[in-house]
Amino acid sequence: MLSYAIFSGITLGGMYALVAMGLTLQYGVSRIMNLAYGELVIVASFIAFVFMTALGINPILGLLIIIPASFVLNWVIYRILLTPLVARAKNRGMLEVDSILATFGLLFIVQGVLLVWFGGNYYSYDFLNNAVNVFGATIAANRLVALGFALVIGLGFYLILTRTRIGTALRAVAVDPTSARLVAIDVNFASCFAFALGGAMAAVGGVLVSMFLTFSTSMGVVFTMKALIVVIMGGVGNILGALIAGLILGVAESLVATYVDPGLTIAVTYVIFLLVLLIKPSGLFGRATS
Amino acid sequence: MQISAKLRLATIAAATTAVMSTATLFGANAQETYRIGYAISKTGPGAPGAATSTIPNYEMWVKEINDAGGLQVGDKQLPIEVVEYDDRSSSEEAVRAIERLINQDKVDFILSPWGTGLNLAVAPILDRAGYAHLAGTAVTDKAPQLSKRWKNSYWLLGTGEQYAVAMADFLEGLKDDGKINDKVAMIAVADGFGIELSKAGREALEDRGFDLVYDKTYPLGSQDLATIVNDIKSLDADTFVAFSYPPGTLGLTEQSRVLGFNPKVFYAGVGTAFPLYKNRFGDNAEGVVSLGGASEDDPEIADYIERHVAFAEREPDRWASIVNWATLQSLQQAIERAGSTDREAINAELAKGGFDTILGTYKPGDQTFWRVGQWQDGKFVGLAPTDMEGAKELVFPKPEWKAAN
Repeated sequence: MLSYAIFSGITLGGMYALVAMGLTLQYGVSRIMNLAYGELVIVASFIAFVFMTALGINPILGLLIIIPASFVLNWVIYRILLTPLVARAKNRGMLEVDSILATFGLLFIVQGVLLVWFGGNYYSYDFLNNAVNVFGATIAANRLVALGFALVIGLGFYLILTRTRIGTALRAVAVDPTSARLVAIDVNFASCFAFALGGAMAAVGGVLVSMFLTFSTSMGVVFTMKALIVVIMGGVGNILGALIAGLILGVAESLVATYVDPGLTIAVTYVIFLLVLLIKPSGLFGRATS
Repeated sequence: MQISAKLRLATIAAATTAVMSTATLFGANAQETYRIGYAISKTGPGAPGAATSTIPNYEMWVKEINDAGGLQVGDKQLPIEVVEYDDRSSSEEAVRAIERLINQDKVDFILSPWGTGLNLAVAPILDRAGYAHLAGTAVTDKAPQLSKRWKNSYWLLGTGEQYAVAMADFLEGLKDDGKINDKVAMIAVADGFGIELSKAGREALEDRGFDLVYDKTYPLGSQDLATIVNDIKSLDADTFVAFSYPPGTLGLTEQSRVLGFNPKVFYAGVGTAFPLYKNRFGDNAEGVVSLGGASEDDPEIADYIERHVAFAEREPDRWASIVNWATLQSLQQAIERAGSTDREAINAELAKGGFDTILGTYKPGDQTFWRVGQWQDGKFVGLAPTDMEGAKELVFPKPEWKAAN
C-alpha cells in the first residue's frame, strides 16, 4: 500500500512538474507572468487529440511536429505581443503587471478560438493505457511516459542551464537583465528564447497529459493555477525546483488520499505551499531577492 | 472644436440607437417572432456538461421549428428568435443575464441554464417575473418543496434521493439473490450533487443491511483517483458506487481498468451516460451502471437520437438530453395550445400537461425517467424503475475489463 501510494504520487507529481517547468522558464527568465500558459497546454492537448483520432499519428511521434511548432508560435507571441511591453517597461514590476494583463487577454482569445473549433465538450482518447508493473505497483504506461519526460526534461535542462554557455546566459538574464547586457548577452534574444522554450515545454506537457486526462476547452486555468503553485514553491526560474516541488506535491496528495482522506488532497497542496512560503518565501530553490 | 465634433458624433450615435431600439420595440409589439432567451455555460467548468445535455437540444429545437415555418400561434406562424448569453458557469453571471433577458430583451420565454447550482440561483427571479422555469439539468432533494414554492417551476430530473434509493433497491435485490456480498465501497465528489446523493445513498444502503466499507469524498475536478481505487480494491466489496462528475467518472473507470479492479457491480456517476464514455472505453463500457437510461427500442427515441447526431454530429447523452427534449416538445405544444404568446396562458397550458413527447404522454416534472441504467451492447438502457415500460435485465456480473489495445 505504501509503495503504491508513493509511486502513484511520483507519477502524479511528475505530471505537475511537467506542466510547470515551462512556466518557470517564462516567468523566471523572460519575466512574463503568462496567464495564458494553461490555454497553450490545452491547445497542445487538442492537437494531440486531432493527430491521434483524425490522422492516426501517435502523440509521442506527434511531438516531433508539435515541439517545433509551439516553439515558433511562442516566439511569434513574444515578438508581436510582448516585445512592446518589454520595451516600454521601466522596471520588473511594471512588466509583470503589463504581461499579466496582456496574457489575460490572450487567454480569452485562445479559449475563444478553441471553443469555436471544438465546442465546450469533454475530450479524451485512448493511448498507451496498458498497465505496467513497477516495484509492485500497477501504473498506466502513459503516466510512466509522462514521468519519464518530466525527469528527462527537468534534469536535462538543469544540466543545460548550469553547464552550457547559453544556459549561463539565460541564468544571468534571470538574475539581472540590466547587468547581463554589460557582459554582452543579448537580453532580448535570451528572453524570447526562454519564452519560446517555455511554450514548447507547455506543449510537451499538454500532449502527454492528454493521454490520460479528460480535457475540455475551459480547463486551461486549472493547469495555470497548478503550475503557478509549483513554480513559486520550487523557486521562480528554477527547473530543478519545479521538478522537485511537483514531486513533493504529488506524493503528499497521494499519501493523504491513502492514509487520511481523499477529500483533503487539495487542502494539503495549499498547506505545503503556505509552509514553504512562510519558511522560504523565495521558494525551495529560489534565491532571496535583494 | 475637437470636443464638439466628438460630442456631435456621440449625440448622433445616441439618437440612432434610440430610434433603433424603439423600432425593435415596435417590432416586438407587432409580434412577428417568438423570442426565446437563455443564459448557458459556454465557458467555465459547466461548459462541457452544457455542451452535452443542453445546448445542442436548444439549438436543434429552434432549428426544427423554424425550418417548419415557426410556431403555430393562433392563425399565425411565428419563427423563433433566440437571445443567448454565456453565464460563464457563474451564478452571479447567470442571474445578471436572466435579469437582462427579462427587463431589457423582454423575451417571451426563458429556457433554463445548465446544472443544479445555476438553476437554483435563477429560479426565484424567473418566478418573480412570472416566467415558467423548466429546470432540465438540476438534481436536488429540495425539488418537491421548490415546485410548491415557485409554482411555475418544474424540476425535471427529480431528487438525488430517487436515484440513490432506486440504486439501493436494485442492489438489495441482488444481495437477496445471493449474487453480491453486503460490502459496498462508495465515493462521491465533494460538490452538491455528490454530497446529496451519497447522503441519500448511505442511508438507503445501511437501511438495506449493506456494510459501507469505504465512504469518502474527493475534491471537485480531481481526475487522479488511482489511490482511492487501489485502497478499495483490497476491501473485497462486490459493489462499487461512485457519485462522480464527468472528468472523475472517466478517471475512475480508467484507473479501475488499469488496476484490474473488477467489482461485480460498477456504478459510476454523471458522465457515464455520455456518448463520450462509450467512445472512450468502447467494449469496456459494457456492464457499467449509472444514473439515467434511454429506451432506444422506442422508435421515437431512436429517431430523436438519429436527428441529434445529424444536427450536432454527436449523440445526445442518455439521461438529461432525453428529458430536456421531451420538455422542449412540451413547450412547443403548450405555446401552440395556448394559441397566443401570453405568458400566463402558456404557463397554464404547461401545468395541464398531456403533451405528446418522446417520453410518451408527458407533463414537465413527470417522474417517468430512468433512475438506474446500464451500458449493454453499446446502448445505455434503463434498468429501474423495473416496472417502467422497456426496463431491461441487469447484465451481471460486469464483464472483466479488457486490456487496452
